[in-house]
Amino acid sequence: MSDTLVETKDLKKYFKVPAGFLHAVDGVDVKIDAGRTLGVVGESGCGKSTLGRTILRLTEPTGGAVFFEGANILEYDKKKMSVERCKMQIIFQDPYSSLNPRMSVQELIAEPLIVNKVYDKKTKVYNEVSKLMDIVGLAERLAGAYPHELDGGRRQRIGVARALALKPKFIVCDEPVSALDVSIQAQILNLLMDLQAEMGLTYMFITHDLSVVKHISNEIAVMYLGKCVERASSQELFTAPAHPYTQALLSAIPVPDIAMRKKKAEVLGGEVASPVNPPPGCRFAVRCPRVRSECIASDAPLKEISPGHFTNCILAKY
Amino acid sequence: MSENLLEIKNLTVAYETDLETIRAVNNISFSLERGSTLGIVGETGAGKTTTALSILRLLPERTAKIKSGSILFKGENLLSCPESRMLKIRGARISMIFQDPMTALNPILTIEDQIGETLRFHNAENRPNAKIAAKVEETLEMVGIPASRKKDYPHQLSGGMKQRVVIAIALACEPELLIADEPTTALDVTIQAQVLAMIEELKTRLDTSMIMITHDLGVVAQTCDDVCVMYAGEVIEIGSAEDIFTAPAHHPYTVGLFGSLPNLKAETARLNPIAGLMPDPTDLPKGCKFSPRCPRRMDVCEEKEPAAFVNGTHSIYCHLF
Ligand SMILES: Nc1ncnc2c1ncn2[C@@H]1O[C@H](COP(=O)(O)OP(=O)(O)OP(=O)(O)O)[C@@H](O)[C@H]1O
Ligand SMILES: Nc1ncnc2c1ncn2[C@@H]1O[C@H](COP(=O)(O)OP(=O)(O)OP(=O)(O)O)[C@@H](O)[C@H]1O
Ligand code: SF4
Ligand SMILES: [Mg+2]
Ligand SMILES: [Mg+2]
Repeated sequence: MSDTLVETKDLKKYFKVPAGFLHAVDGVDVKIDAGRTLGVVGESGCGKSTLGRTILRLTEPTGGAVFFEGANILEYDKKKMSVERCKMQIIFQDPYSSLNPRMSVQELIAEPLIVNKVYDKKTKVYNEVSKLMDIVGLAERLAGAYPHELDGGRRQRIGVARALALKPKFIVCDEPVSALDVSIQAQILNLLMDLQAEMGLTYMFITHDLSVVKHISNEIAVMYLGKCVERASSQELFTAPAHPYTQALLSAIPVPDIAMRKKKAEVLGGEVASPVNPPPGCRFAVRCPRVRSECIASDAPLKEISPGHFTNCILAKY
Repeated sequence: MSENLLEIKNLTVAYETDLETIRAVNNISFSLERGSTLGIVGETGAGKTTTALSILRLLPERTAKIKSGSILFKGENLLSCPESRMLKIRGARISMIFQDPMTALNPILTIEDQIGETLRFHNAENRPNAKIAAKVEETLEMVGIPASRKKDYPHQLSGGMKQRVVIAIALACEPELLIADEPTTALDVTIQAQVLAMIEELKTRLDTSMIMITHDLGVVAQTCDDVCVMYAGEVIEIGSAEDIFTAPAHHPYTVGLFGSLPNLKAETARLNPIAGLMPDPTDLPKGCKFSPRCPRRMDVCEEKEPAAFVNGTHSIYCHLF
């Protein structure tokens, strides 16, 4: 068995809003082994980004624990955390807005090295920058270019290089390819997978695109309104989804295959409910085609229905 | 044979500024049969939106120049009709769902007022106000929004509901042609499935023809009868959905698009993206526009523009064939 690098226990993040508390992340348990990729999927607003940000303590959690290399990082003070954070990085969705437009490619990639005082000499910093540019496939001649002069794919490569600069072990990839054209998206996905193979990186890969998540993940967590409703190996999740929401999600993907056309997908009614002061019980109950009275009685914990396959739907059987 | 509702012939559009000329759409031709759906696919900047805006004559007046071509809508050339005539056609007989649904709605008007506005503008039958109010409610119900919410402002609706209001406005006058520019890109998959199912049902009920612009080949496979693949302002492959998804021969760019997609069924270790980038539209390459990126390029490709290779309903613009 490989070692667990990141693990959350009952992780919670509530935001105070005028109407009460918004349960963005509501008791999530996930576990990622070193060198592996956990995909996190779910629809807009279900708490994927908040989960990623609380794991890195970019937002402070409301409750629970985050273990990194076995230690609960929520107990670290500011100083210890800033040292530890070098090992954990994040890549954002929007390469347009996450980069300072007034900095050149070289300056952008050098920034984390300078801020964290990794090298004592400027020349060492810039040596490292050209190495990083090479690793992520940015041509040397682009060193002096500014973000607006580059296409989305190259901008995302800058984001990847910045994340790699401090030689992290763990990277949260928050929708890193969602804003890109398919052919550019494929180039970045290949790059991320190559880097993982070469450097033994561990990823949490957030996306709403199920074909991307299946391609890149070893294990997948499905979120719905702040809860992780199902967790399984990628293979298992796609062949034997247990939670009715996962089943609906999988059948809603438009597949690029006209043979599937006649088979009309079962369209899920309703809209995602509000995450503000949610009532107890399964968060999916209002849209669920199989709902019963037990579903809305109380929150159900994740249970293991087959080895490594967890869901909180009370109807799922061993 | 059913007749063609829309026929575009040799359309060329450029955006001209003092500094440069962007050749956005270059000599494209296609047609759309009554009652059917044509998908237009291609990467960002391929000229999809420019094509759609040309049909509605909504291109920015100052910079956009239609260089050549004709757009026949039921035999009438839209490019030569006066604006007064276009006002009657636009929104009533041809309507469009714009690429950015969230900004298409007016934030200070209730949804009732926004749908009513369109109906009143195209009030050919001189319907009294009460009739219009009834039609607003009917239209809302048709897209699955309870009429009781008609007094809501856009910000009170979720993304999926806003998009349904946009669709309601586009369909209010029961147009003969609906142009949907990436209607579901901003939506979640389960909501996207709802919206697509709804468009499909309304299309059948109102017998509307449709142009579906998207870069999602999954959406194309599930909704379109015919497909047109655009690259750098040109149509590089066109045919029935069967031609595009199941025929053995394809344009190398189409092959590249499919190779870039992660496959849900098969396990693929690596994706096969197309190398390189779309050419600069101010400085397009000679010959085949795809030649700088094409893995199967030959000498002739850089010299001569490929002509169509036609096989029944399927046309491919490539020297390989
Ligand atoms: N700073 C904040 N203050 C209040 N509410 C917030 C804040 N950040 C996020 N939220 C809310 O928390 C919930 C989860 O948001 P989050 O951004 O994590 O979702 P997501 O799954 O990443 O969605 P998307 O796919 O749209 O990126 C949403 O309802 C969001 O509105
Ligand atoms: N108003 C404009 N002025 C100048 N150039 C424009 C204008 N609108 C579009 N263009 C350019 O024309 C080309 C075609 O753009 P168009 O918007 O038609 O592409 P598209 O296929 O709809 O792309 P997307 O998938 O990003 O919507 C692009 O190079 C674009 O930059
Ligand atoms: S014409 Fe030549 S360069 Fe263009 S797609 Fe065909 S083989 Fe490739
Ligand atoms: Mg997010
Ligand atoms: Mg467009």
